[in-house]
Amino acid sequence: MKRDPDMLPRFTASERVNHWLVAIIFFLMTLSGLVFFQPLYYPLNQLFGGGTWARILHPFFGVVMILFFGGMFFRFRKLSAMTPIDWEWLRHLRAMASGDDRNMPEAGKLNGGQKLMFWSLVTCMVLLVLSGIVIWRAYFSFLFPAFLVRFAAVVHAAAGVVMIALIMVHIYVAFWTKESIDAMLHGTVRKVWAKQHHPAWYREMTGGGK
Amino acid sequence: MALQSLDIIRRSATSTPSPGQRRTLEVAKLIDVTKCIGCKACQVACMEWNDTRDAVGTNHGVLDNPADLTADSWTVMRYSEVETDRGLEWLIRKDGCMHCGNPGCLKACPAPGAIVQYSNGIVDFHEENCIGCGYCITGCPFNIPRLSERDSKVYKCTLCSDRVASGLEPACVKTCPTGAIVFGSKEDMLHHAEGRIADLRERGFARAGLYDPKGVEGTHVMYVLHHADKPELYSGLPGNPTIGPMVELWKGAAKPLASLGLAAIGVGAFFHYVAKGPNEVVADGKEGEDETRS
Repeated sequence: MKRDPDMLPRFTASERVNHWLVAIIFFLMTLSGLVFFQPLYYPLNQLFGGGTWARILHPFFGVVMILFFGGMFFRFRKLSAMTPIDWEWLRHLRAMASGDDRNMPEAGKLNGGQKLMFWSLVTCMVLLVLSGIVIWRAYFSFLFPAFLVRFAAVVHAAAGVVMIALIMVHIYVAFWTKESIDAMLHGTVRKVWAKQHHPAWYREMTGGGK
Repeated sequence: MALQSLDIIRRSATSTPSPGQRRTLEVAKLIDVTKCIGCKACQVACMEWNDTRDAVGTNHGVLDNPADLTADSWTVMRYSEVETDRGLEWLIRKDGCMHCGNPGCLKACPAPGAIVQYSNGIVDFHEENCIGCGYCITGCPFNIPRLSERDSKVYKCTLCSDRVASGLEPACVKTCPTGAIVFGSKEDMLHHAEGRIADLRERGFARAGLYDPKGVEGTHVMYVLHHADKPELYSGLPGNPTIGPMVELWKGAAKPLASLGLAAIGVGAFFHYVAKGPNEVVADGKEGEDETRS
């Protein structure tokens, strides 16, 4: 690995691999799940070998997702703890989105938006797993009363949509914030990038100097 | 019966019209529980005609056998002993698909054409399109469809759609020795039920009535009940079956709206980028002066 004095290490190789494994399984889950969501998306079943295969595979993708997302959760949960500065950062979100980040409270390694995204995804994932078990007809649904299966179907669909929406925002923000995808692909960022987007983390990494 | 029947008015997971050029007479099966003797001939006839054979069960001291609907038993007799103001009564009900006017199974099904409703009112499963998700079970207000362990497809009473299409009555109707099950146009069956109910009321069953619940836009299997005010007495026949708010929410307008919402995020993101430009590292002012772009 080449060492460049202008670069700061941001994500370790295992963090990056874990992130992209979750991303891949998320796409498999979304495409196979949309098959059952609305007739509009039913043709997506062809990506999985037909409707029956999509039905069989989707919940097993979920099991794999639990393992990989679980890994992400334990890696990032401490880093994602919300602080008062993060809440303050979120209050400046509108200015940030308009392209003016000069008055943003100083973000640490992750900013308030990233942390809130993390906890929103965790919440969706918990709802999806719990409701998914209840509506997994082949193995579990017979254990639950009809009203609970109906409720779980609603929760699963709603949490799925919210999760897709969150990931769309996540992908867009990563694309919008230039060079941030590099951190997740190569693990490093330029110091100037760190200084602009995550000043508190930049100081921490470079020994406090401005 | 495949799509060639040309008289399909509703087809699961399909928003465009189905082949429906032909219109057929709306039919109904009327089950007069007050005439039923619980002989199970209808169960046997159903298995004979449809050529299904259920596993031999265990007798646990009551007449219910099989104890529940299965992928092989599309109709079963349910026996309930209840105390009413008339003393002990034995209320026997033939259970099976009610062929709802507004079928919850069809509404919930995500597989195009796995469930169809013919213009004669019969709700039929086309197992070749069934993906085995069990959503129909979730959507049914009567707890009827059953997932087969053998092929992971869902099965239920077809109201002998194959026989009816050829002008025959369903097998259970054909075999009923007491005439408790009759079949014909829905209009005729309503008329027939009126006569039966008037007769029952005359004989002291003041609350006798027809079970044709409006919550599912009527059914194409109807009951004459001696206690029509308390259908629950008949092994839990639902008093006011409906598709239910949860299923409506799950399968109703929320989904296209959700699709629009997701599309709006995509379009919104694109125009945000166009309007605001990328969020790049800028070397403005003193903060960036010691670091320049490499």
